[in-house]
Amino acid sequence: MTTTGPYETADASAPASAGDPYAESRQTTDGRVYTVSGGDWDAFAAEAAEMAEGALVVNMGPQHPSTHGVLRLILQLEGETVTDTRCGIGYLHTGIEKNLEFRTWTQGVTFVTRMDYLSPFYNETAYCMGVERLLGITDEVPERARLIRILMMELNRISSHLVCIATGGMEIGALTVMTIGFRERELVLDLFELITGLRLNHAYIRPGGVASDLPSDGIEKIRDFHKLMSKRVYDYIRLCNENPIFKGRLADVGYLDLAGCMALGITGPILRSTGLPWDLRKTQPYLGYEDFDFEVATWDTCDSYGRFRIRLEEMVQSLRIIEQAVDRLEEAGPGPVMVGDPKIAWPAQLSIGTDGQGNSRAHINKIMNESMEALIHHFKLVTEGFSVPAGQVYSAVESPRGELGVVMASDGGTRPYRVHYRDPSFNNLQAVGAMCAGAQIADVIVAVASIDPVMGGVDR
Amino acid sequence: MSEHETTPEVVPAATPTIDIVDVRRGMFGVNDGGDTSGFGGLVRAVSVAPAAIRPYGSWYDDVADALERAYPQFAEAIEKVVVEHGELTLHIRREYLRDVAQVIRDDAALRFEMCMGVSGLHWPGDAGRELHAVYPLISITHNRRLKLEVSCPDADPHIPSLYSVYPSNDWHERETYDFFGIIFDGHPSLSRIQMPDDWSGHPQRKDYTLGGIPVEYKGAEIAPPDERRQYSS
Repeated sequence: MTTTGPYETADASAPASAGDPYAESRQTTDGRVYTVSGGDWDAFAAEAAEMAEGALVVNMGPQHPSTHGVLRLILQLEGETVTDTRCGIGYLHTGIEKNLEFRTWTQGVTFVTRMDYLSPFYNETAYCMGVERLLGITDEVPERARLIRILMMELNRISSHLVCIATGGMEIGALTVMTIGFRERELVLDLFELITGLRLNHAYIRPGGVASDLPSDGIEKIRDFHKLMSKRVYDYIRLCNENPIFKGRLADVGYLDLAGCMALGITGPILRSTGLPWDLRKTQPYLGYEDFDFEVATWDTCDSYGRFRIRLEEMVQSLRIIEQAVDRLEEAGPGPVMVGDPKIAWPAQLSIGTDGQGNSRAHINKIMNESMEALIHHFKLVTEGFSVPAGQVYSAVESPRGELGVVMASDGGTRPYRVHYRDPSFNNLQAVGAMCAGAQIADVIVAVASIDPVMGGVDR
Repeated sequence: MSEHETTPEVVPAATPTIDIVDVRRGMFGVNDGGDTSGFGGLVRAVSVAPAAIRPYGSWYDDVADALERAYPQFAEAIEKVVVEHGELTLHIRREYLRDVAQVIRDDAALRFEMCMGVSGLHWPGDAGRELHAVYPLISITHNRRLKLEVSCPDADPHIPSLYSVYPSNDWHERETYDFFGIIFDGHPSLSRIQMPDDWSGHPQRKDYTLGGIPVEYKGAEIAPPDERRQYSS
């Protein structure tokens, strides 16, 4: 942690901490900068207060473990009390939106899945829904592909909420919450690996459908997970819900009421913790969510504890949706998972072999041995891609963190003209200042954890 | 040939004008990717959605009527109304943007309470309207979505900030400034947000090439990615 004191002039006498191995200081053009690596904060704060005429400015991050990645918080302090908070972001900016404009529409999925790395399937689905609307093929996406998308998204909601709860618990010292959270998340990642071949970044949902059907033991494995998770979700409820330390740290911390949420454009669990049941799956259903039986979790305390309870309840509701989706997949039986139009559909169905994911053998045999036209078609579609009619759409899904929106424009070419992600983490981080004003430093950690920002999504 | 073609009162009103924003000529794009759709010397006009004609359908007319009632300068402020892929977009002249947004947020029949940020769009071929900003709005009261679109010329890249109406646009406008160079007048602290503070240029503009930055590694300098290989001269 580095603290800066811009109020100090260059000719200030050496502070008492000079020579202190835990609070080294050096003179810079911006004033004296302290590097505090241990020791008693009270003693340091008291010493700083003696010297200071203004407030103390503390950089928390960007490499602090409890800032959820490379988030830099600039705290203005009076003693232990935070008077002002600002965020410094951009440390993980990778130019994904720019890169997208230089690849085909299908390759775009591979980029967007890397944005918010805890909810890759939402990034992919929002993107693909946008492309499908531009192509006018929304209604032609096969039922089975829609169900698989919902299934993957709800599994993803569980894994994402688990990370939020687990890391949030770790940050306040509840290490068991962390260990069991990551234990269960591992099970979801195993399912992702089984179905898509990859654990974190999938590129599984493609314009027109999904890359490949569920493997033969997919349904069975999901049912096993569902059975286990339905029991284990109560571990969190028993461990945390009425735990006095847990409640003491979370209750009334990170308060943001409905008016604040509206003004700051906040969606997701933070908005629902004010009691407003706004969930795009219910209010503006997509992919057939209207046919599923589930409830929107709300809480009325507007604080971090409410958001924790909402995430727990959403995991329970996601389990309900998963069960229904699996039932329907079984009922429907085998079928296509990609639109029939050969001008859009990826020419080969992928399959997972012993050496990983790749084109199915049957397809390779066809293009290499049987049909020259099929080879040409494959080559054109894979290298050049398909054209998307010029136009502009906004497609949104309810990600674990709120409304994930994509503003997408096409100029009629084979590559996106502009894709902009309205990432909920990016927007919701603006609320840190409102949530933390007047709080203690320790509460900043809890408030940020309750926002659940993922810097991959914030910076893109 | 038929009589219908010469009937004056029907044809002009019902024929949407095509908005051409760019013209592409042969071999376009082959330097920077796999797009070979320009081979063969094609000339292709890029057009965006034309203005919609009443009735717009669905609840779109209700919104347009309500805005006309609540905002008397509707005719001057709204350039065109577009209905595209089931989405209603109002193209607004930039000088009216803040007033229109205020009405859209506050009027009981409109009530678009939340703004989902702003996204830039660069059409270098659309003379005088090169830079666009798109604002997706959402009404929780009426459960509706609406987009506002504003354009400004590259030579005068100023658009009024919506910070005073929708404080949520704070970071979004900074991001759009960072990537497109659109200056949002009235924003309290318009500074770069994703790129480093001393970065030059606005990377999401179409005239800003991908790559272009040499990689420095342990004293050695490696050419930027776009100069390492050339597939055509």
